[in-house]
Amino acid sequence: MRNPLLVNFLLVFTIFFSVTIFANESEMNSDETKTDLKTEIDEYIQHHLKDSHDFSLFSYTDDDEVTHHVGFPLPVILWDNGLVVFSSSKFHHGEEVVAAGNNHYKLYHGKIYKTDASGTINYDSDHHATNIKPLDFSITKSVMMILITGFLMFLLFGGLAKSYSKNAGIAKGVGRFFEPIIIYIRDDIAIATIGEKKHQKYMPFLLTIFFFIWFLNMFGLTPLGVNVTGNIAITTALAILTFLITNFTGTKTYWKHLFDPLGSSMPWYAKIPLYVILIPIEVLGIFIKPFSLLIRLYANMQAGHIVIMSLIGLMFLFKNWIGSSLSFGLAFAISLIEILVAVLQAYIFTMLSALYFGFASEEHEHAEAH
Amino acid sequence: MEKLIEDFSLGLFFWQTLLFLALVFLLWKYAWKPILNAINDREEGIKDALAAAEEAKKEMQNVTADNEKLLKEARAERESLLKEAREIKEKIVTDAKELAQAEGDKLIKQAQATIESEKKAAVADIKNQVAELSVEIAEKVIKEQLSNKEKQLKLVDDMLGDIKLN
Repeated sequence: MRNPLLVNFLLVFTIFFSVTIFANESEMNSDETKTDLKTEIDEYIQHHLKDSHDFSLFSYTDDDEVTHHVGFPLPVILWDNGLVVFSSSKFHHGEEVVAAGNNHYKLYHGKIYKTDASGTINYDSDHHATNIKPLDFSITKSVMMILITGFLMFLLFGGLAKSYSKNAGIAKGVGRFFEPIIIYIRDDIAIATIGEKKHQKYMPFLLTIFFFIWFLNMFGLTPLGVNVTGNIAITTALAILTFLITNFTGTKTYWKHLFDPLGSSMPWYAKIPLYVILIPIEVLGIFIKPFSLLIRLYANMQAGHIVIMSLIGLMFLFKNWIGSSLSFGLAFAISLIEILVAVLQAYIFTMLSALYFGFASEEHEHAEAH
Repeated sequence: MEKLIEDFSLGLFFWQTLLFLALVFLLWKYAWKPILNAINDREEGIKDALAAAEEAKKEMQNVTADNEKLLKEARAERESLLKEAREIKEKIVTDAKELAQAEGDKLIKQAQATIESEKKAAVADIKNQVAELSVEIAEKVIKEQLSNKEKQLKLVDDMLGDIKLN
């Protein structure tokens, strides 16, 4: 059921995309078109990968060369010596300066800067804006998607939970699809890595993180154009939670492994020179593990989005039947692979988190074994 | 790396952490806990049911074995009862036969004794009658041939002696 849905989304997406391109194309001669189209596609992809302050579905330019944005605005919440709240529609997609309180704000490359009334942006030598950035707690597109996903998960799994009591302990409806996944996470991820005895306290985190990443990855494949799990702030937040849970639930054995990895296999005077090297490596390992988690998820999702969007963009660059249909086929194949990657990345994140929890909750008698 | 730091949005990080923790908490309370409990309960139920089925099977086997045993016992009992009955029957028949024999013998003996005594009585009776008849005959002979008294007496004696010989 999912695949035809995705194909439909892709088709619709392609059509929207083509409208934009088509409108621009008519006024340019063919040589210029190619470079302009390239930069446009590049910018579009760059824009898509970033978070944004409004929920835009698509945009097009009409015959009078006026760009229309279809979508809805989201609330902007700033902390700038006091709470500042206004609708993102006031920015007019970065075209206008917003006056709120005594200050003026401008949206520049997806970020909000504090400016003067005319909206001057100062640049440094590397063409980076040097204006002050207020603390931005806006409900951005990503936050919106997190809320929607959270709500969806709550409905889905809350409903599943209820269906058990209603239906004498047997899942009903869509829960029948998700129940085996929950059991898989419990048996083959949590119990396999953490153990029968201690896995229970980690279950809510593991289940939530798996479905959260999976659903957001899947949303990323829809033409809604959300790249939540490919955002470094999101993966950092998730990895930090894994890091905190790992180290706060760490047992004595876990810490002993860290600071006394050789144990009683050597006399203390022999251990000292080794530990000068070993302990810093072990301590570094604590941080590297969650860091690898955050980079892996971020890079995979980011790369997937770039590849798919580039292939779709290629369709319009080729502008002939063979090349375009080939890159359509390729884009289609890649998006099928991306569906797999979506669940795979969720699985890997969950599995590795569980593995780290397993190390942390290791008990002494188990440690003796190796 | 610089680009990554540039892309990092503190606001998004803040919302993500907050919302995710809230989600974990809410789902734990309203979804994961009841779901895992239900699955656990169901698995326990299945395990129990299987164990119960195994138990029932064993019990069934026991019952069947018991039945078999009972049946065997009953059969043996019947066999022995029949045997006993046959023995009793035979004994009764034998007893009856013996009794009948004895009774018969007794009756025969009685009959023989009766016959013997009857015979004796009849013989005695006949003797008496013969004596009377003889007396009457003698009277008549005497009446007719009472010419020679001594001769006559002699004749009577002879005749009596003849009868006794018979």
